[in-house]
Amino acid sequence: MHSFALDRRTLIRSAALGGGGLALSAALPAWARSGTPGLAGPMSVVSGEQIALSIGHASLRVGGRDGHAIGINGATPGPVIRLKEGQKVRLAVNNTLNEETSIHWHGLLVPFQMDGVPGVSFPGIKVGQTFVYEFPVKQSGTYWYHSHSGMQEAMGMYGAIVIDPAAPDPVAYDREHVIMLADWSFMHPHTQLRKLKAQPGYFNMQKQTLSGLLAGKDQSASERRIWAGMRMDPTDISDVTGATYHFMVNGHDSAANWTGLFAPGERVRLRIINAAAMTNFNVRIPGLAMTVVAADGQNVQPVETDEFQIGIAETYDVIVEPRADEAYGFIAEAIDRSGQVRATLAPRLGMVAPIPPIRERPLLTMKDMGMGDMAAPGADASTADHAAMGHAMPGMDHGSMKMRDPAVAPQVKMGPGVATLSPMPMDRTGERPTGLEKVGHRVLTYRDLKSLAPNPDKRTPSREIDLHLTANMERYMWSFDGEKFSENTEPIPFRHMERVRINLINDTMMPHPIHLHGHFFELVTGSPGHHPLKHTVNVLPGGRVSFDLTADELGDWAFHCHMLLHMMSGMFRVVTVRHEEDAA
Amino acid sequence: MNAMTGMSEGDPAIGTAPAPAPPGDHAADTVFDPAEMARAREALRRENGAFSGSMVLFDLAEFQARKGRDGYRWAGEAWFGGDVERLLIKTEGEGAFGEPIEDLEIQALYSRAISPFWNAHVGLRHDIVPNPSRTYAVLGVEGIAPYWFHLTGQMFLSDKGDIRARLEGSYDERITQRLIFQPRAELNFSAQDMPVIGVGSGLADFELGARLRYEIRRELAPYVGVEWSRKAGDTARLARLAGEDPDAVSFVAGVRVWF
Repeated sequence: MHSFALDRRTLIRSAALGGGGLALSAALPAWARSGTPGLAGPMSVVSGEQIALSIGHASLRVGGRDGHAIGINGATPGPVIRLKEGQKVRLAVNNTLNEETSIHWHGLLVPFQMDGVPGVSFPGIKVGQTFVYEFPVKQSGTYWYHSHSGMQEAMGMYGAIVIDPAAPDPVAYDREHVIMLADWSFMHPHTQLRKLKAQPGYFNMQKQTLSGLLAGKDQSASERRIWAGMRMDPTDISDVTGATYHFMVNGHDSAANWTGLFAPGERVRLRIINAAAMTNFNVRIPGLAMTVVAADGQNVQPVETDEFQIGIAETYDVIVEPRADEAYGFIAEAIDRSGQVRATLAPRLGMVAPIPPIRERPLLTMKDMGMGDMAAPGADASTADHAAMGHAMPGMDHGSMKMRDPAVAPQVKMGPGVATLSPMPMDRTGERPTGLEKVGHRVLTYRDLKSLAPNPDKRTPSREIDLHLTANMERYMWSFDGEKFSENTEPIPFRHMERVRINLINDTMMPHPIHLHGHFFELVTGSPGHHPLKHTVNVLPGGRVSFDLTADELGDWAFHCHMLLHMMSGMFRVVTVRHEEDAA
Repeated sequence: MNAMTGMSEGDPAIGTAPAPAPPGDHAADTVFDPAEMARAREALRRENGAFSGSMVLFDLAEFQARKGRDGYRWAGEAWFGGDVERLLIKTEGEGAFGEPIEDLEIQALYSRAISPFWNAHVGLRHDIVPNPSRTYAVLGVEGIAPYWFHLTGQMFLSDKGDIRARLEGSYDERITQRLIFQPRAELNFSAQDMPVIGVGSGLADFELGARLRYEIRRELAPYVGVEWSRKAGDTARLARLAGEDPDAVSFVAGVRVWF
């Protein structure tokens, strides 16, 4: 087995001795040149064709408190798995927990039986057993791995995968850092789910209040009345929030301040992975533009931006070119603004940049209910909403604007689990995501992403499928087409090599990062031939997203919302890909 | 803005080929022990949606200071089950210190979610006090009305053939993230005179209350408030005959707690 570990503490000691730190780190692989004054264990690296991973209990120290985590090779995050496109790899995963476990290689194109979803790909890894995953590495880029068993992912069981391309990398860089975003709570995720079932707003400490109304904040009294009449809460942006979460970069909170080093003038590649269980983040580096070069591990035409929203399970590779001999804050803010985490990019250890104050919590609008484009673009949400509900609907068919008209979604099984259906779901891939509508700098949208290589399959889809993302927030019920997986395990069938358009329609007021295992799909964003390839797409509230899929990977695959508690509440399906003649 | 709507909708070039039939087999069964896979599939099914849980809530648990003897009151419920079907236990009671308990009621109900915001329930209510104890069949609905009013309506049919009804409503006005003002009302009706337990026909009694609670945690909120309870019509007459005041204003202090 070829593996090595970078002990960051050694690095810190060397740095503390003065002068030698950077010289020493220069001897390390480019991506690993990272120092941190943090207390958490370093992210080690494993590579080669034979890799051993051990799943077990681990501890995590946050805010002066030790938490019980589930780690890989003794730590959370687990080691960075560094591979090379074209190699073969055998990963022997040993389970030292007293419960079953699994590892799913998120975004990797592997044979279905190596995909790591218990009950779909394989039976799971039993207590004390070792399962050997074996597959050829057919791709390059930034990916990650995590448990697909129970709530283990929310307890720290994840790590990064970096695959170097066989051909010269089209992206030039002098140095690279892996940045894994996560959310950590000392409350067990099962307990979180129980609290949410008992009281859906349990973790929302940013609701609208009477004192806020008197202070002239948030919605006006009349808008509040309209929303209350619909039993909708415009502050319901995240289910589990900073009220319980500590937000983390590479296992460090803001105080521990994970620091990635650079030398001024270098092109630094940041491989950013959202490994959170329930948190979408807004990412920015004040003072530094970011050039996005890859999304979900797949190269895109370089596009410069100042901020982007990263859905759970998505990855973005960005290039930054810090020229000044100063520290830059890497800021990842929970989209409901209930908290943020700061990491640092700096020429030397011990430097910090100012932490910007957390920005005001956004409010959802009628558009987030799938009411279409009645809210004027750029208009203040509150005034637009009022207009939309009250007056500005000339020529609009009021009948179709009912919030729960089964006629708009005939395939949805109506029941207590479906509170609303979007009457006019819009393609929102060109819009800034929730809370970034009005920030005064550039914000990435899905439409900015164009695949670097031309899309290989030029065929027009032979059919299309609608899939509704449905919920009742008041009961904390989540489903596809109104049915939880526990109620409907019938798969979504595809013919091998069939090309199909899938339309995801979000009938809820929350974004859902939807992940299809075993495939990349082409996000339909108005750049035919260069649609970005994604394994996960964040469908904005009340919006719709279309993607084209070439079903080229035989087998059974999981397809689900990557909000862990949504998946565990039933937002999950199995997708089958079969030769036509195999179909029963 | 409209230029970007409809981009992906109804592309006429997309075909209308039929979907294939879902396969009857499971791919992993060809690689792993099918019995093992069947077990894992069932575990996966249960894990993704088949929630089962519980909640025990004491909405009211309070001391009541009023003219005459001070009293106490509780109102609580517990549910056990899934998203749609639940066993629902309700209890309420009140009394004055130094006297026998006035009311002690317990209900055991099957509750079912019938729409996004409403549950229906059926079951039994047993009043241990007042004496003689009575048992009622219960039919009710409970849920959240527009504007976030929490409402409960119940009909009761006793083992003696008596028909009664109860309406309850409350509303949470959030003053700050933790300070909540809650007006509430309860009305009890009877279709007939039930003199042995001091209930007359028509509107029997009502309560109007206002409570201010502070959520130290979501699960734990001490409160103070005021409550006006009044017996009406024949029920009031029966109370006067028994030497009771049909009208009472109480200052209350208690704790709302759930787990």
